[in-house]
Amino acid sequence: MTLDISFIGILIGSIMASSVPLILAASGELITERSGVLNLGVEGMMIIGAISGFALMVITDNLFIAIVGSMLSGVIISLIFGFLTQSLLTNHVATGLALTIFGIGLSAMLGKNFVGIPGKEFPILFSSLRESIPFFGPILFGHSIVLYFAFALPFLTNYFLKKTKLGLVVRAVGDSPVSASNQGINVIIVRYCCILYGGAMCGLAGAYLSLIYTPQWIENMTAGRGWIALALVVFATWSPIKVLIGALIFGGITILQLHMQAIGFRIPVQFLSALPYLMTIIVLVVISRDSRKIKLNTPTSLGRIFYKEK
Amino acid sequence: MIKIEKRNDVPMALYFFTPFIAIILTILGGGIIFYILGFNPIEALKFYFITPVSNLYGLSELLLKATPLCLIAIGLSFCFKSNNWNIGAEGQLTFGAIVGGGVALLFYNQEGFHILPLVILAGAIGGMIFALIPAILKTYFNTNEILVSLMLVYVSKLLLDYLVVGPWSNPEGFNFPETRQFSDSSRMPLLFEGLRIHAGIFLALGAVMLSWFILYKTYLGFQIKVSGLSLKTAKYAGFKGKTMILVVFMISGACAGLAGVGEITGPIGQLHRMISPDYGFTAIIVAFLGRLNPFGIIFASLVVALTYLGAETAQIFLQIPKYTGQVFQGMILFFLLASDYLLFFKVKNLNLKKNDLRH
Repeated sequence: MTLDISFIGILIGSIMASSVPLILAASGELITERSGVLNLGVEGMMIIGAISGFALMVITDNLFIAIVGSMLSGVIISLIFGFLTQSLLTNHVATGLALTIFGIGLSAMLGKNFVGIPGKEFPILFSSLRESIPFFGPILFGHSIVLYFAFALPFLTNYFLKKTKLGLVVRAVGDSPVSASNQGINVIIVRYCCILYGGAMCGLAGAYLSLIYTPQWIENMTAGRGWIALALVVFATWSPIKVLIGALIFGGITILQLHMQAIGFRIPVQFLSALPYLMTIIVLVVISRDSRKIKLNTPTSLGRIFYKEK
Repeated sequence: MIKIEKRNDVPMALYFFTPFIAIILTILGGGIIFYILGFNPIEALKFYFITPVSNLYGLSELLLKATPLCLIAIGLSFCFKSNNWNIGAEGQLTFGAIVGGGVALLFYNQEGFHILPLVILAGAIGGMIFALIPAILKTYFNTNEILVSLMLVYVSKLLLDYLVVGPWSNPEGFNFPETRQFSDSSRMPLLFEGLRIHAGIFLALGAVMLSWFILYKTYLGFQIKVSGLSLKTAKYAGFKGKTMILVVFMISGACAGLAGVGEITGPIGQLHRMISPDYGFTAIIVAFLGRLNPFGIIFASLVVALTYLGAETAQIFLQIPKYTGQVFQGMILFFLLASDYLLFFKVKNLNLKKNDLRH
């Protein structure tokens, strides 16, 4: 096989496409976790987004409604998590797991009549430029609007967290809910908003899969991407820009594995698939060893229940 | 006016009563979902919860599915009671099955009474070793055990996948992703002719008795409970926190490993990709629903096993995907967690009655 320059361009383009759901879901989860809430329901919210996006596309024949609807359905399903953890003060880990289990089941139930229906072609932007420029064409052009949004999102998230007042509020709530509350910030409302935002992004990530990446509905089609997104947030030590880099690495591993399978390479593909998880564990060990490092990187109140006596 | 107040003590009766509320709400919720999807809710629920257990074969299947759930949940109760969030039981189950299955494959063409005990022991040790990874990382590197144990689930599943398509695949198996069949000596003895229920159920019952003894009659059990209630008190009392974390993870992993080995030597009889329909995750629901109490867990494992079985029956009779079992499992946990609010808070009526003013 020849590795000419145009092939590498196409390869990079496909790595970018495969990393989009990871970027979207992880960026959403990052905001949620930065506010001190650990939502293990990413996989469940993504699969609900995937089926509602696809179902709305089939019913309304309108891709815009499908995309917006998938985000709304992510918001609705994450509202269950928000209500339980924030209003009824339930344990984050158990509630998130329940959300994933529930979401996978509900999506299969809702999607029963949508199995086997062919998807619709999603419009791509600048498709003429993609063909005319040799190397950069397939990298920069000919993608869906969701991909461009996904690649802008980490920078927007970074700006939001570091430069805006609201971002500071989110970080304060995550790092020290008690002092934030004493400053007059309504911790519960802030956390609700962050949870719902996370739900919207996970819904969009799911819709990207069922409408753009592999346009069809298959039961359990997120196939563990939600868990990888969750790992990615840790891998990126809760920093939005590193989420982008990590998503490209993890997405690259997926694509690499397909190509290696095709050319019959000797390294078992399962080892490559396991790499994101192993790398996340190593990163966790490295950042957790030093208590100062973990304080700098982790939202301090992550996963802890906040209760204020009224 | 009403006011919500934190309770100082949790009433025991309410503590064990709320799981029943959760189950009833789940059945109601399931009925509503069936109605929305256009089924007759009463009939659908009947297919789900009554038809599957209305004959002897169904009852045997119920116990067959409850066995691994009960075993894993018993192990998890040690971790959860001491505030260690091991959510990777699915991985420990898989790794236990890999190690136990490896031993069974060594003896694939031999018979003998020594084989099954060796296979079971290997499975328990496998699960134990795998659970030690998050435990050691937590104690010595201060990592978050939730994330590590979760990541390891996928690592172990991929390892199993590699083994059954690669080095361990059946040489006479036409490249199917599965190993050789185990010899009869590596299989759990069946309890009744024609039913799939096997001797693994005694492992689960043994674990229940043993865990009750450890938790309520030994010093270790006391330490576990105290650490769960207050880490500060545990430290003040001089309990060895690190050792205890390792011990609870080892118990939990061994139980999950036993569950894995029980599946492959029981109903399955070989290794392949799909050895567990996420028993390790569902067992978390079982542990909660059973209130981390050994006898509560027996009851909860039967309830949750019924959702698996009901989903299979509903798939046949109503043509709905078997993933619907997970809708019920998710709902049980949602409602259970929500009803816990009643345990820790009480609603107080602040409206003064006329008589109150006279006193």
